Formats: sequence, structure tokens, C-alpha cells
Amino acid sequence: MADVTVLSATGNTMVAEAYRQADPDVCVAYPITPQTTIVEGFAKYVANGQVHTRFVTVESEHSSMSACVGAAQAGARTFTATSSQGLCYMWEVLHIASGMRLPIVMANANRAISAPINIHCDHSDIMGARDSGWIIFFAETAQEAYDNTLIAVRVAEDKRVLLPVMPTLDGFITTHAMERCELLDDETVKNFVGERDAVNSLLDFDNPIGAGMFAAQQPYFEIKKAERDAIDASAPVIKEIGDEWASICGRPFDFVDTFECDDADYIIVVLGSCAGNARHVARELRDQGIKVGVARIRVFRPFPQQELVDALKGAKAIGVLDRSDSFGGEYAPVAAEICTCLYRAGVNIPIKDYIYGLGGADVTLDQMRQVYTDLQALADGKIDGDLTYLGVQ
Amino acid sequence: MSELTEIRWHARAGQGAVTAAKLVAETALSQGRYMQAMPEYGPERTGAPLKAFTRVCDTPIEVHNNIVNPKIVVVLDETLLPIVDVTEGILEGGTVILNSRMDPATARDQLNVSSDITVATVDASGIAMDTIKRDIPNTPIVAALSKVTGVIPVDDLKEHVRESFGSKFSQDVIDANLESVDRAYEEVQSA
Amino acid sequence: MSDKWNVDDFTSWKSEDFPIGAVCLDAGNSVEYITGGWRNQRPIWHADDCKHCLLCWMHCPDSAIQAKDGQMAGIDYDHCKGCGVCVHECKFGCLEMVLEADVEGE
Repeated sequence: MADVTVLSATGNTMVAEAYRQADPDVCVAYPITPQTTIVEGFAKYVANGQVHTRFVTVESEHSSMSACVGAAQAGARTFTATSSQGLCYMWEVLHIASGMRLPIVMANANRAISAPINIHCDHSDIMGARDSGWIIFFAETAQEAYDNTLIAVRVAEDKRVLLPVMPTLDGFITTHAMERCELLDDETVKNFVGERDAVNSLLDFDNPIGAGMFAAQQPYFEIKKAERDAIDASAPVIKEIGDEWASICGRPFDFVDTFECDDADYIIVVLGSCAGNARHVARELRDQGIKVGVARIRVFRPFPQQELVDALKGAKAIGVLDRSDSFGGEYAPVAAEICTCLYRAGVNIPIKDYIYGLGGADVTLDQMRQVYTDLQALADGKIDGDLTYLGVQ
Repeated sequence: MSELTEIRWHARAGQGAVTAAKLVAETALSQGRYMQAMPEYGPERTGAPLKAFTRVCDTPIEVHNNIVNPKIVVVLDETLLPIVDVTEGILEGGTVILNSRMDPATARDQLNVSSDITVATVDASGIAMDTIKRDIPNTPIVAALSKVTGVIPVDDLKEHVRESFGSKFSQDVIDANLESVDRAYEEVQSA
Repeated sequence: MSDKWNVDDFTSWKSEDFPIGAVCLDAGNSVEYITGGWRNQRPIWHADDCKHCLLCWMHCPDSAIQAKDGQMAGIDYDHCKGCGVCVHECKFGCLEMVLEADVEGE
């Protein structure tokens, strides 16, 4: 039975604790707000000798992910963390990490991207990386940032998966707000994450390999198909490992965390820290007899298509909250994905896409109330489903 | 106190409002309750007006946003009153606690709040100068908060100060902080 | 062909036939890939005048200059692509390019 310490901690503190307990061989990092306190906290553990990690400082995020690629291919358990412009700067190397099937774990503090310069929360950075072949988790709370990070380590290194994983948490709202959290004892966590048993290690001198190969047209095409198959096939493994962690920590693990969706007429779909705001208002409205629900996507890649169809199929109208825009597109990323999965399931429900909270704009409970009010009008055909900026003046 | 209590802090950067917000939250945690504490992040410039927030509840807290309708407002610097609408959105029956040498009636006039709002004043800066020897009014004002609102018991506050300061500060500093707590708890006045 | 890994038919491999991450399981197997046929000129080494400075060896982009015990030892015509860099770099006129057609059959 695990020993649990209750503590007040920020999301970044909890990620740093997860990193300490998982004790990577290599951590390569470059600081960026609001991620910095993750690697700052972890660097302290390195300096104190509490982990056996080789901490590598670099001059940019491009170098940080590049060094991670080398370390991971050498067989090291490899972590980093970033945010916003840093994630953008890594972009080409993100694809190299996934294409080479390297189990790197990288927490991302979800933050807006310039211009204008802004350091606050939205999902523009992470949505820019959604097609990079990484497994992506969204945490709602500091506690879940810890849980997701530990699950990420196991998932990434599982030989049935071997893909990089980004456990993400919302900038400032989750990274810097202090909440009541539970930390499991080191031994329990170490038993859970185990040690990396690398395949095709560069340091296996008896079996030298070449990595980062060239592939001409048809071989490239075949190898990319294998990558698509790998991330699709990771879903049951993520579920298995997430359930195992759930049985240890006592907190449930679901790709889609649903609140009262079974009989809901109006459902909000949301990712990350805003979910509680929607649930809070949903409880209020339930008390008034209005059947509303919330579906929060915790695992965004691989996309939980079936879970979402199951959660949403009975609704009369769906409001999708997108914390990033796909400028010039019909809908932003999350709503577009929801449309795709419902269409393919033959489910035709009116949908409205809301862009909210860009650049950390505060997400008020009144905004959540407005969405539920809108959804009733949408179901009645009184308003259209056009993309709307929620809370602009 | 089973329902959610929301506290908004007004101060200038460098006055310890974020520490105060955390002090209340951590004391509540030490009682086995749920809490949140966060600043409203912006460019950090010493002296610039800032807000911080604390939520305390007996059950898990699921909202994650700024506090716009606080039950309690704490103002660490009275010179903010002309430039910041500190009581904006305050709930009916709420409480304002002000670091000031003003008496509560004068403060009430300045704040211009309705009669259902409790206004309390304490010279937290003066107490801090006497005890801690620095103008860091956050510990004493949390004691005033404890007295006026009961959101956290003062004994738990002192115990938490002893524990959390213990690893970082000398016994003299801890004793000075505890003395500031006792004095503010005694000296705060409300109307 | 390497006894470790048969890649003769890799252009017909299906997605599941590639190693994870498309690594090359037999590092150094490029030596088996004969590129000498890409050449329409070849360098000829005049060993008698060679000072063994190894500038040619340093500059050859295909590791086709063979060296042994610190001495120039010859040219690997299986992998030399006939670029002529070695000839350009030789300061002593010990390497010269000749048309492949003129040496065919030798």
C-alpha cells in the first residue's frame, strides 16, 4: 500500500517531483516561462544528489530536443520540459523524436505564442504540435499533472509503444497555482515506472546500429504508416497503464472524463484547467433541472474517438471550447476533431465552437453559463454554430 | 465553514501578498481542508499593484479562474485605494480588511461600501516594523483576517508559521512573526 | 551481403517489415553498396612521386582513399565516385583524372 503525503504544491512542483521519482538518466532543458520552475526544481534535486541524472544545459530548445534525441537513442530515460516559443522552436525536432520512435517525456506548460508577446495560458503552442506524432495528455489539476507525467514515462518506454509523450498542464493556472496535492512514496512510484529497457541502443557496442536514416520515397511512406499504426496501437496500452496507476493512487484514469453526460441534452467539451469551471456551472444548472454535461478530453493524442462518440451521441447540442484558433479554418482544432468523429459515427448533432481564454484571458463562470444558454438556442435552431470568440468585449 | 470561501488580496508587488495568500491556504491544508492560492500573474515590477487569490473549502475545489466575487478582500497597502477598485464584485455580507492606521469608520467612508459589508483595519505595517523590523505586513494581516472572519483559526496559523518558517528562518525571526500575529489579532478593529 | 541483416529487397518492404524507428540494424553496411559504377572518370595514383601527405585521404568524401600505417595505400574503386577532389588537392601531381572509357578492360 502506497504512503501518501498531502502537500500544497503547484503543478510545476508536482511535475518536478514526478521527474525526481522517475529519476531519468538524462534531462536536457532550456528555461522558459511558465515551465521554468519544473526544471529549476528538478535541477536542485540533481545538485543535491537525490537523482542520478546527467543534467545538460543547452543554449536553445532546438538543441534541447536534439540532445534528447541523442540521449534517448543511446538508451537513456530522457526528460525535458518546455512551453510556447520553446515548443515552436523545437518543432522540426519533435518530428524527429517521434519518427525515430524515441520515448522522450516532455512536460509542456501550455502558453500563448507571439505576437503579441504574452506569457499566459492558452493551447496555441501544443495544438501546433498535435500532428507531430507525440502522445499528448492534458491535465486539469496539479495533481493530474503528476499522475499524467508518471503514466507518460511508462507509456513512452513500453515496448508496445515507443513514442515520445507530452504531459501538458495549463500555464500559470496549473503550473503556478498552489493546490492540495497528494504525493506517493518514492518506492511505490519507482516500482511503477521501473527502469528503461532500451531496444536498439547506440551504446550497445555488440550490436552497432545506425539511427536517423535516410529513406527514399516508398520506404519513407511505409515507415510513416508504421508510425501511424504505432500511435493508434498505443491507446489500449495507455489505458492499461493508466488503470494500473489508478489502482495504485485511487484516482480514476479515463481518456475522456465525463460529468453527467449519460442523459445530458447540452454538453461542453473542454481540455485542461477550465473543465472544473464548466462542471461547476453544470452542477448549478442540474440543480435547476437543466440536463447538462461536461466531457473533458484528458488524452488528446491518440484521439479518443469512440469514447467521445459514446459520451456525446445522446446530446441535443454540443459546445466545444477551443483554447487556440486555427486561423482561416472553419473550426479550431478540438471542434474540428469532434465533428470528424461524430460524422464518421453517423451522429449529427448541432455543434458550436467557442474560442476562449486566449493569452490567459480569464474564463468566468458567466461565460460557461452563456455557452449552456447558447446550446439550448442552438438545439432549437435559433442560433447558428459559427465559431465564436467567447468573452471578447 | 463548509462552503467555498474566496479571498482576494490587493497589494503592491514586493509586499508579500502572494506569500499571505499561500499562508492562509497552507494553514487551511494543515487542517485537512482543500485550498488554492495563486497570484494574478503579470509583468513583475516591484511596487506595481497586483492581485492574489486564495480559495478554501472543505471539499475539492474545481474552479480555476480569478476571483471576481470575493467573500473577503484584504488590502495590504492603503495607498491603493484611490487607484484600484478593491471592493469590486465583493459579495453581500462580505468583509474588507485594510492595513491602515485609520479607524474602521473612516476606512468605511473611504471605501464607500454598503452597510452589510464588514470593514476592519489593523496597522499591520506598524506591527511588522515593531516586531519583524521590516515593513512586511503579510503575517500580521493574516492574523487580522483570522480574527475578523474565522476562515482559519489563529492557533493553526501560528502552528503553521512555526512549522513552515522553521526550516528557513532563525528562532528570532519566527518569534517576531508569532508576536506580530498576536498583536494584530488583538489590535484589529472592525465596524 | 551482411550476414546480420538482409536488405537486398528493402524497397519492397511493407510498413511492418522495418525495424522500430527505421534504424539500420547493421551499422556500417554502406560498404556493401557499390558506388564505383557512378563514375565516368577515375583518379590514377602515381605512387612513386607520392609524399604521403594524405591530403587526398582527408578530403575524399567517400573514404575511397585507402591508407595504411600513415601511408597512402591506394584507391578503393568500388566506392570512388570519380569526383576528382583528391586530384584537386594533391600538391605534387601524383593523382590524375582519366576517362573511365580509356581504362575499361584494364
